Amino acid sequence: MKRDVKNSNMQTSIDGALARDTNKKLLKGSSLTGWLFASPWVIGLLLFYAFPLFSSIYFSFTTYSILQPGEFVGLQNYRQLFSDELFWKSIYNTIYFAVFFVPLSIIIGVALAMMLNMKVKGMAIYRTIFFLPTLVPHVALAVLWMWLLNPGFGLVNGALDMVGITGPNWLGSEFWSKPSLILMSLWAIGQPVIIYLAGLGDIPNELYEAAEVDGANWLQKTFKVTLPLLTPVIFFNLVMGSIGAFQQFTLPYTMTQGQGTPANTLTFYVMYLYDNAFKFFNMGYASAMAWILFILIMALTAVIFMTSKRWVHYQGK
Amino acid sequence: MQPHIKKKIQLSLAQICLILASAFFIIPFLWMVSTSLKPITQVFTYPPEWIPNPFQWSNYVDATEYIPFFTYLKNTTVITVLSTLGVILSCPLVAYSFAKLEWKGRNVMFVITIAVMMIPMQVTMIPLFLLFNKIGWVGTPLPLIVPAFFGVPFSIFLMRQFFMGLPDTLRDAAKIDGASEFRIYWQIMLPLAKPAVLAVGLFQFMNVWTDFIGPLLYLTEESQYTLSLGLQQFQSQKGTEWGLMMAVSTMMTLPIIVLFFFMQKTFMQGITFSGIK
Repeated sequence: MKRDVKNSNMQTSIDGALARDTNKKLLKGSSLTGWLFASPWVIGLLLFYAFPLFSSIYFSFTTYSILQPGEFVGLQNYRQLFSDELFWKSIYNTIYFAVFFVPLSIIIGVALAMMLNMKVKGMAIYRTIFFLPTLVPHVALAVLWMWLLNPGFGLVNGALDMVGITGPNWLGSEFWSKPSLILMSLWAIGQPVIIYLAGLGDIPNELYEAAEVDGANWLQKTFKVTLPLLTPVIFFNLVMGSIGAFQQFTLPYTMTQGQGTPANTLTFYVMYLYDNAFKFFNMGYASAMAWILFILIMALTAVIFMTSKRWVHYQGK
Repeated sequence: MQPHIKKKIQLSLAQICLILASAFFIIPFLWMVSTSLKPITQVFTYPPEWIPNPFQWSNYVDATEYIPFFTYLKNTTVITVLSTLGVILSCPLVAYSFAKLEWKGRNVMFVITIAVMMIPMQVTMIPLFLLFNKIGWVGTPLPLIVPAFFGVPFSIFLMRQFFMGLPDTLRDAAKIDGASEFRIYWQIMLPLAKPAVLAVGLFQFMNVWTDFIGPLLYLTEESQYTLSLGLQQFQSQKGTEWGLMMAVSTMMTLPIIVLFFFMQKTFMQGITFSGIK
């Protein structure tokens, strides 16, 4: 547009701006339409998240159980928890699991996704194979692995035997029970792998071509192109994976039939919470546990978010 | 070395890694299938035998009689199908408003949605249970179905990412032609987002199909049990019915495997993370 025309008639330009504004409004829709579209989730958020979240704070200060209304006891549940040995044990078990499982699942998950992203024949079959364990119901998974890890006739010790190693008593051993669980959980990492795969698909091909022109080898391409550009997805999976690790329940619960055997080495935080709430009906006590878990996860997530500025790279920034 | 030969060697090395890793993932699964066809006497032989001898196909029939298999199958199907339907109806709609509409409070709502993903379900589990108990829904499948119709944060997030990647031009053109916002969504944008809808639906389907803790909490009567809960019944004081349990596990897993195998291409297209913040 010529400057003199633009300046010569102020009114037209204001009209134009107004027209553009209404045009934009017409195109983007009104606030009401937006809220209307989002309304199911707004209701869901209030009903299934906000309401229970806040009422569980209240419950955590009471001796509520389904059987009796309970009374307000202030911080008693929390004080009692801090002197509850099994509470600390379950925290230890849960952190132990998370500390090993989360990094391993990221390293293995990314490596698997990179392998599954190659252009090789029969990739659809490979991808299905890696996703298989995710589709097996956890109850079956637990029983299956109890068998595989059985010291007497299991496949794993059988294989170790062939190379001359006497395998441990895996799930029966206080030392090996958690590593066994980590192994079992790593087997079912199909969902994060799918998300890494999607992330790899989002990396533009031109970057690799440019790197190749510059003579970069495979290792350089992986560490200078793939991994930095995958960091947003790694970040996402790190957050979701840590949260998931703190919520470990179904596998150890079904495997030990809720007992956390041997010697409570498989009593995870949420298992103990579940027992308190639905076995002993100490809903107040369990709510206090739930809130401690929530605060722990929030703190952890905050730490991850704070470090993320240093290692997460967004494309086009 | 010639570059194309080098490339070939690299590829075949990678393929060997791929095959080895596949073994780790498929062997336990194959063992499950193999055990499902074994007579009880063969389950505990050592060294392990891979091929059932004889093939005990009757395990599959026996398994469906040991537990009320078809009742559980029906229950599982009803819960899974309805809750998947709920997610497919609600999540794209909400995600669309986050991605393509402008409204006051949108960004705040989106941040809250992301934050909600970080709330462990155990924190809300007890009050929700009490709520459902109060309105008489405990002992019915409703608590496992109804919430899905109000949206699942992870699915809303995935759908929003996908809608963000769709161009505005089609929508603008329809808008100028006077189409209503809902019609644009329903007739133009939703069909374009089919891969994402499929991905979100499949995720929900898989999670609910094998869900354990939800049915454990809310289903009190055996006639309402799902297959996941039914599997537990093969474990009793007398021991575990290995063959039968593995038969049911195989029957539970196979349909989803087939679904995944044929849909994976569309499924993968539906998951996009470009532009996450």
